[in-house]
Amino acid sequence: MNELVRFITMQDGPNRTVAIGVGALGVACGMVGCFALLRRRALLGDAVAHASLPGICLAFMLIGERNLPLLLVGALVMGVVGASVIGLLHRATRVKDDALIAIVIGSFFGLGVVLLSVIQRGPSGNQAGIQGFIYGKAASMVRADAITISVVACVLVAMLFALFKELRLVTFDSDFARGLGRPVRALDGLILAIICVCTVIGLPAVGLLMVVALLIVPAATARCWTESLGTMVVLAGIIGGVTAIVGAGLSAVLPAAAGAGGSTWPTGPMIVLSAGSVFVVSALIAPRRGVIAGLVRHHRAKRQILARVRAERVGAGAGAGPGGAA
Amino acid sequence: MSELVSLTELKNIVAGVCVAVPIGVLGSFLVLRRMSLLGDAISHALLPGIIGAFVLTGTRDPIAMLCGALVIGLVTVGLSSCVKRYARVPEDASLGVVFSVLFALGVVMLSLVPRGLDFDPDCVLFGQLEFLAMDSVQVMGVSMPRAMLSIVPVGVLSLAFVIALYPRLKLVTFDPALAGALGVPVALYSGIMLTLTSATVVTGFQSVGSVLVVALLAAPGATAQLLTDRLSRMLVLSGCFAASSAVIGCVLAIQLNVSNAGMIAVVAGSQFAIAIVFAPRQGLVSRTLARVRLAARIAREDLLATLYRAWELRQGRRSDLPDVSIAGLPSARGSLAAWQLRRASLIENDPASTLALRLTDAGLTEARELVRRHRLWETYLSSNLGLPPDHLHEPSHRLEHFAVPDVVPARDEAGRATDPHGREIPAPRA
Repeated sequence: MNELVRFITMQDGPNRTVAIGVGALGVACGMVGCFALLRRRALLGDAVAHASLPGICLAFMLIGERNLPLLLVGALVMGVVGASVIGLLHRATRVKDDALIAIVIGSFFGLGVVLLSVIQRGPSGNQAGIQGFIYGKAASMVRADAITISVVACVLVAMLFALFKELRLVTFDSDFARGLGRPVRALDGLILAIICVCTVIGLPAVGLLMVVALLIVPAATARCWTESLGTMVVLAGIIGGVTAIVGAGLSAVLPAAAGAGGSTWPTGPMIVLSAGSVFVVSALIAPRRGVIAGLVRHHRAKRQILARVRAERVGAGAGAGPGGAA
Repeated sequence: MSELVSLTELKNIVAGVCVAVPIGVLGSFLVLRRMSLLGDAISHALLPGIIGAFVLTGTRDPIAMLCGALVIGLVTVGLSSCVKRYARVPEDASLGVVFSVLFALGVVMLSLVPRGLDFDPDCVLFGQLEFLAMDSVQVMGVSMPRAMLSIVPVGVLSLAFVIALYPRLKLVTFDPALAGALGVPVALYSGIMLTLTSATVVTGFQSVGSVLVVALLAAPGATAQLLTDRLSRMLVLSGCFAASSAVIGCVLAIQLNVSNAGMIAVVAGSQFAIAIVFAPRQGLVSRTLARVRLAARIAREDLLATLYRAWELRQGRRSDLPDVSIAGLPSARGSLAAWQLRRASLIENDPASTLALRLTDAGLTEARELVRRHRLWETYLSSNLGLPPDHLHEPSHRLEHFAVPDVVPARDEAGRATDPHGREIPAPRA
């Protein structure tokens, strides 16, 4: 417990790096995720993440070493390709976007697996540098990585705040936005680009299989508590940042796993699980949109209706009531 | 054949086909019901189910794994509909929340599995078709991969379910409301379908991997959907595409010495890409061609109608228009239309000036028909929809390229049919 507090309050050097990195990532992803969630683009992040694997592999094959920024550029390029394939084909053909997302996830990831098997038997012979992108390896984050992630995250957050009004308009009523003469296509593309960038900077820390959780879980959690977009974005950022740091802290300080293997608790999944547990609690107890509140409301409405029906029946029985006007 | 693949590899290919076909066929229903992402969610969420079953029983017993998969499949569906309903999160996001958290749980469990037990995480994710034949059993004197013992029964069961209940499944897929009204237990059928999908996915995870299964669930069905409008044909085609991606993928992988499962997914995706470009009716090429053809026809018709109106204005004298720009067409499209009409000898160049155009006799007949349609549409829009006179031309100008409404035009005292602007409606072609 003490160690966890030390991690979260960033008292140790190497841990501080990891905590700052994942914290910045969590904040940016949480905020961006709100727009993805409300624009019904939640799983696009998943497609981008899976599609980035061949990009990472190609970049690795080209440069032959694990150079984080260049690998991420590769990831970004393929991620954008995947996202554009979905967007363009959705508009130009009758294939539904869910099928397109699934096909892009499967076949791009398949291409990545093929390239991985090429890398494995190639001259450099190790894919250890790339394995980290699949499951995530926040603990291996060095100072430069943390700085890169934080800078990109700050830029993204600044963009969100600068364009908040326009993005809100496009998110809730894109037709109205078009009527006002706002560049809806460009803003839509911008949201897409921000989602891509966010996904890609999350890859090294939580891995491409789970990075989508950083985008949507904090946003879905924040959605439980508020009806205002501004509050939701801030709340999702806070939830994303805190759960990321706590998750990374847990994975760092939990005793080496109970299993005989002595393996450690993986960081990415721990972040996702801590965000997931906050979501479960929120979904249960949130005052207006929570499960418990919903059940109470349902029960109360049922009782009211029953009472009214009973009263009417009594009235009709006396022959005086209007009857049937429920 | 023996040069292309060895006997072991042939067995792997057969196993791959047996895995792929049921997944492809069941995936077609997911594609049609817009539930492909549910397949994605289930295949990610299977991880904790498989590992849970593995840890509890300590073996790779297929029955235990099937049970684990079944439980987790139902948990995924139940939880995500719960999240959607109570937390009122959009459907795709609720699926994403559920499966990513379950997947994270699975990865954590994976890292806790003692190393002593033989369980390879990469095998779960990426599939290792290559090693399937290493673990063989004798069945009726034939040596086959042990995995076939679970792959074949689940596959046969799924296909039998689809074939036996085909009419009902069709109804449930395309019109669940009607099916419910007719007394078909829709939820039961959907449940069985999802259960079978989870079962095929879990039997397939060893060979194609839990992530790559997503490609097989969506791509063959979507490819087949591009090629046909009939469910029966779509199901057969999706089975064929799944089988062909397994065969082609394995052979390519063996030749190039790369991952089998990855190659299967790539081939499935490539088949879809080819179909989306070249499919006879739904493909990008044919759709673009159809659009270009339509634009060319409209340009031709606009030009003819313009020439007719000019002819009418000059009371039957031809040799009217300086060039195509007067028809209000962009110059390239106009020139193309003029060229095509000239080739069809509907218009000709005025002998007096090489630039000017005029209608031939055949062109006059064509053009009269077009203007007739335009004026009939104007009459229709005026009398049936009550549009004011100054709003009639534009819509009719668009509609004249399509069928004529069945209207009896207003006749003036002289017995001549006129449109709302008082212009004569040409008589129909004899």
